[in-house]
Amino acid sequence: MTRKLTRRHVLAASAAAGAGAFITPVRGAPPETQKITPALIEAAKKEGKLSWYTSVDLALGEKVASAFEAKYPGVKVKVERSGAERNYQRIGQEYQNKIYNCDVVNSSDAAHLIVWKRANMLAPFVPEEVAQHFPAAHKDPDGMFASWRITLSPIAYNTKLVKAEEAPKSYADLVDPKWMGKIVKAHPGYSGTIMTATQQLSRDLGWAWFEKLAKLKVMQVQSATEPPKKLAQGERALMADGGEYVVEELKTRGEPVEIVYPTEGTPLITGPSAIMVRAPNPNASRLFHAWSMTREAQQLNIDVGALRSAHAQARDRADMKKFSDIKTLREEPGVVADQADALKAQYLKIFKV
Amino acid sequence: MTRDLSRPILIAVSALLAAMIVLPVGWLLVVSLTNKEGGATLGNFVALFTDPTFVDPLITTLIIACSVSVICCLVAAPLGWLVARTDMPLARTVRTLVMASLVTPPFVGAIAWEMLAAPNSGLLNQLWRLMSGMPSDEALFDIYSLTGLIFVISCYTFPYVFILVANALDRMPGELEDASSMLGAKTWQTARRITVPLALPTLLAGALVAFLQALNLFGSPAILAIPAGFHTLTTRIWSLFQFPPKPELAAAASVPLLVLTILLLRAQAMALGRRGYAVLGGKYGAPRSIRLGWLRGPAVALALFVLAMPLFLPYAALFNSAFSRVASRIVTPETITLHNVRFTFLELSSTMPALKNTFLLATASATLGALLALLIAYIVARKAVRGHRVLAFLATAPLAIPGIVLGVGLFLAYTRPPLALYGTLWILLIAFVTIELPAAYQQLGSAFHAVHPELEEAGRMLGATRLRTLADITAPLLRSAVIATWCFIFVATIRELSAAVILFTSETKVLSVLIFDLKESGDVGAIAVLSLSMVAITTIVIAAANRLHARPQMRPAT
Repeated sequence: MTRKLTRRHVLAASAAAGAGAFITPVRGAPPETQKITPALIEAAKKEGKLSWYTSVDLALGEKVASAFEAKYPGVKVKVERSGAERNYQRIGQEYQNKIYNCDVVNSSDAAHLIVWKRANMLAPFVPEEVAQHFPAAHKDPDGMFASWRITLSPIAYNTKLVKAEEAPKSYADLVDPKWMGKIVKAHPGYSGTIMTATQQLSRDLGWAWFEKLAKLKVMQVQSATEPPKKLAQGERALMADGGEYVVEELKTRGEPVEIVYPTEGTPLITGPSAIMVRAPNPNASRLFHAWSMTREAQQLNIDVGALRSAHAQARDRADMKKFSDIKTLREEPGVVADQADALKAQYLKIFKV
Repeated sequence: MTRDLSRPILIAVSALLAAMIVLPVGWLLVVSLTNKEGGATLGNFVALFTDPTFVDPLITTLIIACSVSVICCLVAAPLGWLVARTDMPLARTVRTLVMASLVTPPFVGAIAWEMLAAPNSGLLNQLWRLMSGMPSDEALFDIYSLTGLIFVISCYTFPYVFILVANALDRMPGELEDASSMLGAKTWQTARRITVPLALPTLLAGALVAFLQALNLFGSPAILAIPAGFHTLTTRIWSLFQFPPKPELAAAASVPLLVLTILLLRAQAMALGRRGYAVLGGKYGAPRSIRLGWLRGPAVALALFVLAMPLFLPYAALFNSAFSRVASRIVTPETITLHNVRFTFLELSSTMPALKNTFLLATASATLGALLALLIAYIVARKAVRGHRVLAFLATAPLAIPGIVLGVGLFLAYTRPPLALYGTLWILLIAFVTIELPAAYQQLGSAFHAVHPELEEAGRMLGATRLRTLADITAPLLRSAVIATWCFIFVATIRELSAAVILFTSETKVLSVLIFDLKESGDVGAIAVLSLSMVAITTIVIAAANRLHARPQMRPAT
């Protein structure tokens, strides 16, 4: 483990590659755009399976897998769901030990894709619809990854425990002492969503805001998918962070939860996907990755999963606030890639866990 | 004449133990004394003892371990006495149920207690508010607290102490008590002057077991302490494997645990070693049963109340959330749903592989572990090779290593040639056998003490090799102990989380890790279904093993 791939090593190795930007330097002509061809489907069926590491909410992940399996019978998807930071650690550990289990990876911490790309751990592949319908900000110029999902990390509250007019409107409202013992939040050491959000919030609000929050006896959970569930159970009245799509999904099921998009802006979380360079099932990986970026699959993410999409033709859900109407905080995966350790250390200092 | 294969086998066992224990522990020590650049340093220990993010968890852990130890003794001793030495009704049932509560993995218990006693959504708190009319943010219990954690750990630790105490009281000769009462002592006086002193060493051993359990437990603190905003030593060590991993600090953090445990084990050996407590000879009368009189009712009520904590309440909560859409609501005939069952078995793609891996590993670990423990116990009990003490020490040593740290040690040892086992089920097998070896060895070791070497010596004198004696004389005599040990390892392997959480890969995921993963994303419905399935499998296997155990009595001895 001492020889482990660390962000620091990777950064040192590619010091020339200017960090800090989502768009990593172009290494050459991007690879050709690939269609879903009958030959690809056949080859994928021969492999028959693939392993998908993702940090998306488990229920949604399994639904996506089922939809894919229904569309391409004969190719089974094994969903390996864990927190993005945990998956990141695991993939690093596995690759270090020449264990190649992962086919397609999706992370809610976009910084991971940057690090993996620099470490030559990704295979280039540009699905047709990514080339045609994804804006430049949501695809890697070298064709290594593209944004499979987009979500936000808003505030939310339990409508049975908090009246709408009393609910906080902003992050400043949230740290009011009256919410002592009533807030649940997820952890940046586990969740990529929260890692990303922590970087944005510490940049825009400062660590002092986190210190105020920590004084309120916050309930600390791991995954960004859990605070909404704690909210629905009524275990806590407010969530400081967590996946917007999970709150929406619970709301659709009739649970008493409501979202607040804070006036300061809501952290924006891009979750890119990629194929691993040593994917044991390369054709099944390509098929799954290509399909997952289609309008059909992206619309499924929105309709069933309440996610947002980078696909130009995907349509917002009528019951959700329009994506373009929400003030979002700026995402800086390059900065997260550089500062992740420092962010976690600071977080540990403030929240003790 | 057949060649005596015993010596090569003994050497092989020693080598195996060395590979299993010395290798990972060695790597741990080396790594704990190494800085990032690979040079020798004590810096990790300096960092450890000056950094409050380590010192606080260390103190917390000691508080937890002491409290758990005391609580377990306070609960287990009276309960064990009631079951073993009184005419309390349902004594057998109570005993069986306490044993059954051991089947519950502690982390599952912690999750179930979360469903019961989370301050706001906990079912018990909701009930209390309903009855007392208190407002929605008042809570009777807060499981996310130090007290809550101590309580939950005690729930799943006291059965160990209970079993020790009850068994010791079972074996205690009735004559001593008879003598006491014949000499005119009253019932309670006999209990105080004879029974308690005789049981005291066992209680001490029980306190130690409870202490070590609480010290090394990972699952319950991971589930309850982190939401409460504090770390124990094990969760802190685990957090060091978040990215970027700091194995050198984790290794250093485990050294105090190692030293502390060795000291405690020494102390226990000294306390017990001085006096002779040989109470097992087979010629004593059955222990006396004390008449409780009108106290029989209250006694059984107390026993059932205690059992509600690890058993009735948590399982009620698990069943509730298995068939409910939201765990914090009581299932009614209108709201009952099979959604979670369907999701777990039809949609969740990890369920089947995890079940398969778990079953395979538990069977293999139990078989291998029981065999290995049998061999070591034999070697040590019969002083069969020079240096057998080293074997005894090695077989007990893993007790001192928290599962999570052993996981790290194994990871360090087996991710490099010649044995790159990481990513295979083998590394998990080694981990599980190593972790369960101390308990298995102790069980079989004490069983060996009960079998007088005379019988074996007779066999040897008549020309049988050592192995043959072992197979034909000792093994049959130890049959029930071996089966009990097998079951013990089987159950313990299924419950094991702390080493597995470090050593698994997506292809070698086991049930406990799957449940832990589900916990982190709050999918409690699926957790409830999986936990109940896990307990069902364990129960079936144990029942089957016990049938096997009962069989020899039905056929004539040969």
